[in-house]
Amino acid sequence: MAELTYRDAVARGIAQEMARDPDVVFLGEDIGKAGGVFKATVGLYEQFGPLRVRDTPISEQAILGAAMGAAMTGLKPIAEIMFSDFFAVCFDYIANEFAKSRYMSNGQLKCPLVVRTGNGAGSRFGAQHSQSVENWCMMIPGLKVVAPSNPRDVIGLLAAAVRDPDPVIFFEHKSLYPTKGEVPDGEIVDALGSAKIVRPGKDATLLALALMVPRALAAAETLKSEHGIDCEVVDVRSLVPLDTQTILGSVGRTHRLFTVEENPRLCGWGAEIVSIVADEAFYDLDGPPVRITTPHIPLPAADILEDVALPTVERIAERVRRSLEN
Amino acid sequence: MAKVEDRAPAAAAGLNDDIGEATRLRLYRIQVEIREAEQRAFDLFLQNLVKGTSHLSLGQEAVAAGFAAAMKSGDLSFCTYRGHAHTLARGVPIEKVLGELMQRDNGLMRGKGGSMHLTSAEHGVMGSYAIIGAHLPIACGAAWRAQYKGTKDVAVCFFGDGTTNIGAFHEALNFAAVWKLPVIFVCENNLYMEYTPIGDVTAVQHPAADRAAAYGLPRIVVDGNDADAVYRAASAAYAKARDGGGPSLVECMTYRHSGHSRADPAKYRPEGELEKWKARDPIKLYRERLKQFGIADNVIAEIDADVRRRVDEATEKCKAAPMPPRDILTKDVYADGGFAWRN
Ligand SMILES: Cc1ncc(C[n+]2csc(CCOP(=O)(O)OP(=O)(O)O)c2C)c(N)n1
Ligand SMILES: [Mg+2]
Repeated sequence: MAELTYRDAVARGIAQEMARDPDVVFLGEDIGKAGGVFKATVGLYEQFGPLRVRDTPISEQAILGAAMGAAMTGLKPIAEIMFSDFFAVCFDYIANEFAKSRYMSNGQLKCPLVVRTGNGAGSRFGAQHSQSVENWCMMIPGLKVVAPSNPRDVIGLLAAAVRDPDPVIFFEHKSLYPTKGEVPDGEIVDALGSAKIVRPGKDATLLALALMVPRALAAAETLKSEHGIDCEVVDVRSLVPLDTQTILGSVGRTHRLFTVEENPRLCGWGAEIVSIVADEAFYDLDGPPVRITTPHIPLPAADILEDVALPTVERIAERVRRSLEN
Repeated sequence: MAKVEDRAPAAAAGLNDDIGEATRLRLYRIQVEIREAEQRAFDLFLQNLVKGTSHLSLGQEAVAAGFAAAMKSGDLSFCTYRGHAHTLARGVPIEKVLGELMQRDNGLMRGKGGSMHLTSAEHGVMGSYAIIGAHLPIACGAAWRAQYKGTKDVAVCFFGDGTTNIGAFHEALNFAAVWKLPVIFVCENNLYMEYTPIGDVTAVQHPAADRAAAYGLPRIVVDGNDADAVYRAASAAYAKARDGGGPSLVECMTYRHSGHSRADPAKYRPEGELEKWKARDPIKLYRERLKQFGIADNVIAEIDADVRRRVDEATEKCKAAPMPPRDILTKDVYADGGFAWRN
């Protein structure tokens, strides 16, 4: 066991996979000699050399296209897109190319690649460097989508993503990079498509992802100590594949569902889960499911505005308390 | 086979025989096969047996033939929606191409891809891409893999003149040049994007070649209706790529005899333009070339007849082939063979 930051876990996860398999290669802007703009890839260039850790021009389409061509022909590339907002300039590859090539070719082509990206708000970077865009990717057939909330999961899910035969979008939360967590020694490998109950409880289920997981946990503590409400917190971890069994199981025990989502409200990931629960567990519910999200706005830069845009611990606790007391 | 004295006309014309008879016959056969198969695709469309859209390479056969004949088996082709020609040129059976156009179960992708996405990985055809420019960076990735593994394979990427104005073209050219990738970018300049003349929307005369200098590459313009000229340019580009010399950008001047896609009667062309280019029809030119090199008429006629017979046979097989079964609808979305996104 060692305490590690989320940031250092990224480098350790990549190193674990590159050391295991010489076909794992890594490319992106400023990732090599500079160690990444978030310093999440420090040391990889020194450890694995310029043939496997390759700095690229500012060419997001070339980065994802090259990753795809390399994956199709046998390598296992990890591509970094510095900020997930930049998906918009290379979305063709995400939506039209590597997501669809297996299907269009009737299974002849494969794209085992990972796109890592810095996602989410909290850095006061404004509307074009702060978005949570996991829902942009979740809706595309052919992709897998994961978003770890802690250093241990960064390593385990990254390893699972690299070893997966399908393209995986790997959302790292920028505000989590400095956070710390206990990480076991040795190799860590998770399975994609498994949610985790991070706090058991009996009165309500709170589903959260990435930065919203620590906030949901903090809200659960407040609800317990101040109101005697006992919440179960589920870290969704993987949007595709989605672990509906864990989610439905939790709702079956608590009879109340809250999603805590950083993405803006319309078509956020929680909407799909609420619809599944409505279809398959309607009679388990003691009240309407509630989605706690960022409103339908671009994100502002000013700290006092950004802070109230995202679901806060107070807003989560207040919303759950109000629903349960009705 | 031609006798020695038959070669006299070529020598008299001062023609250089660096290519050799076997390759010349192959260049001819590939062109004829593309011509016949594309014409058949058009006929089948008129009979409503080819559905959806299709983009023919009638008139552009020499580019596909020249690059394919100079390729090695491990080389990888990346095509556009106008990719039937390049797919056939790699030796993919006509039946599998026509079958896909006719959306039958015997098609290359059993009807799941269609005319714009022909793929035959076993022949090195790593997909046909219908988003303009998307496959240039993808070809870079395949070339990167060849470079990383030291295989000496080359990635070849075919696209049109219109493609030189999209960002992915420029990203890929710079990327390939900086990484010295074994990739060849082949611009088939057929003078039009869909309906707009390329000159109306491009800042330079030669949309590909005049941009080469920006990426530190030589300016190469080839007569794309002369299969020998294409073959020579291709051979030089492959040799450079295999030698670690990095990418090439080759602009081939050519012309499509039909409209952009099956729906296009091509009314936007100035009068006489089509006739002028048809006078330089690549297949007509090449028949004359073969004769100059002393190849007997009956050898040429035999190739023509053999290709026609094979296209006929393929057509009949496709007409008799079943439609794809419905259960493939949800197959191969993910590597486990299915489309499950949840447990
Ligand atoms: C990104 C994108 N924009 C527009 C189109 C529509 N489109 C299909 S083919 C085409 C013309 C392409 O011209 P060119 O590159 O010269 O190729 P050609 O069809 O002449 O072979 C256009 C505009 C597209 N498929 N993708
Ligand atoms: Mg064109």
